[in-house]
Amino acid sequence: MMGLTSITRDRLGSLLLILPALLTIGFLFLYPLGYSVIWAFHGPDGWTLSHLAKAYDFYSQDVWFTLLIVVAATAVIGLFSIMIGGYLTLGESRWAVGILKWLYRWPLFIPFVVAGQLMRTFLAKNGMMNSLLVSGGVMEPLQAASFLDWRGILITFVWKQTPFVTLLVAGAMAALDRSTIEAARNVGAGRLRILLQIVVPQVMPTLMTGLILSYVVMMSVLSVPMMINAQTPTMLTVDMAWRINSYGDYPVANALGFLSYAMTAVVAWAYLRRGVKEKGAA
Amino acid sequence: MGAGVRLPSVALKAALIVLFAFVIFGPIANMLIWAFAEVWYFPHKLPLKWGFAFWERVFRPQGNAMASLGTSVVIAFGTVLCSLAIAIPAGYALGRGKLPWRTAFLLLFLLPQAFPSVAVHMNIARIFYSLGLNGTLTGVVLVHTLQGLVFSVWIATAAFAAVDRDLELAARNMGATPFLAFRTVTLPLALPGILASAIFVFLTSLDEFTGTFFVGVPEIKTMPLLLFSASMEGNYQVASITALILLVPSILFMLLIERFLKADVLAKVGS
Repeated sequence: MMGLTSITRDRLGSLLLILPALLTIGFLFLYPLGYSVIWAFHGPDGWTLSHLAKAYDFYSQDVWFTLLIVVAATAVIGLFSIMIGGYLTLGESRWAVGILKWLYRWPLFIPFVVAGQLMRTFLAKNGMMNSLLVSGGVMEPLQAASFLDWRGILITFVWKQTPFVTLLVAGAMAALDRSTIEAARNVGAGRLRILLQIVVPQVMPTLMTGLILSYVVMMSVLSVPMMINAQTPTMLTVDMAWRINSYGDYPVANALGFLSYAMTAVVAWAYLRRGVKEKGAA
Repeated sequence: MGAGVRLPSVALKAALIVLFAFVIFGPIANMLIWAFAEVWYFPHKLPLKWGFAFWERVFRPQGNAMASLGTSVVIAFGTVLCSLAIAIPAGYALGRGKLPWRTAFLLLFLLPQAFPSVAVHMNIARIFYSLGLNGTLTGVVLVHTLQGLVFSVWIATAAFAAVDRDLELAARNMGATPFLAFRTVTLPLALPGILASAIFVFLTSLDEFTGTFFVGVPEIKTMPLLLFSASMEGNYQVASITALILLVPSILFMLLIERFLKADVLAKVGS
């Protein structure tokens, strides 16, 4: 009997210790989240889909633009992180691996707003990228154009997020059992084949987790599309800020917010379903 | 493979690495040039006039850059204190205690990372407005605390979980109260991990843009907001100098992270 009460007391104590953290999440996250859904679907006459219809009517182009940019950036990040991680794991020349390892991480903790400013100068008409292309003879000076549009957003996202996913993927690759790789090498498999058929399938869960986290982050960035892409179509985050700051239009802004949740949910659902299928197959 | 194949392959590797280095450092270099440019316009590839004129403007004691830097640092320290006060007890309970639904709690703290944050932030701003918290330091500190919560709680949990339980039991057996055992044994051993989370939270707060954009306006102007408005006004020099100031701690952290976060703690994150 004494033992039981002491366990209950321990549990109560632990719950008490975690309570401030729970209150923070409740007040600063769950409450505003619920609030946003109510704003999106509630009007003067009760529940309604009219805000959502209006939001889509006004911003359908931006919805698709956002989805395309974020999906494309995620795909490119996935490709680059496999290439870099793969070379770090399978590369044979020690100096190249060493330099690459030192190089790829630099953008890791650079904030988006700083990345936005870096790219605003780098991709501009007189930016370094054009200078290099012109000096290298790839382009005539008159052809120099600014990349500050959808390409700029894509480039900034890839530049900023690839190190994060690569860090996770390279870590998972380094933790793999080397014996299967060595075995494949001994029977003469090429490095590309080893990477695609042996290494990548084993790090797939890590890769997907990294990509989904990146996807959500890119879906949430406000500064980069504002700084890089001043024209329409633009990303939903910019539209939300605009609806709020210029019109105080919470219903439409929250309907757009709901669309951005939905775009994230679809990806998360596809990922979870794939996980379940794989477990079922195994 | 013979030596004849070897040489071009080395040259190719070197060329690819140089290209990669340009992709990584090109944007940073371009910003550095802007930070020291006084006159620069198209089609000139380099500034026509170099100098420190804009640095003087940014670092003037009464200039708004110094004020922004002060605001940013005050907010970041406030956020660290607030996060630690929440994350140390929570991390101890999750890493040590006999907490029911432990996994569910850990996932709950991850939840804010699973939703696009702009939609949440604009509603926090609306709620804060009715509470009079908009445009106050407290309001911004609270939003930054939410942003860093998953990292601080998860890393603190991992740090406490990595401490050998027997050491605490030994202290208890020698008559120490639970709090004394915690303060003199467990907390000091978990301290490196907790410091790492504090540094991480500090950096997140220093760099935070979206939450401050919605909750802080118009009174609170942190460095990222100053950078943003300078950039949008086309003042690339001030924007680049501000970007440089924000870049230094980010890069230092990137270079030092492995020393702060030991492998034994990292292995326990999220488990």
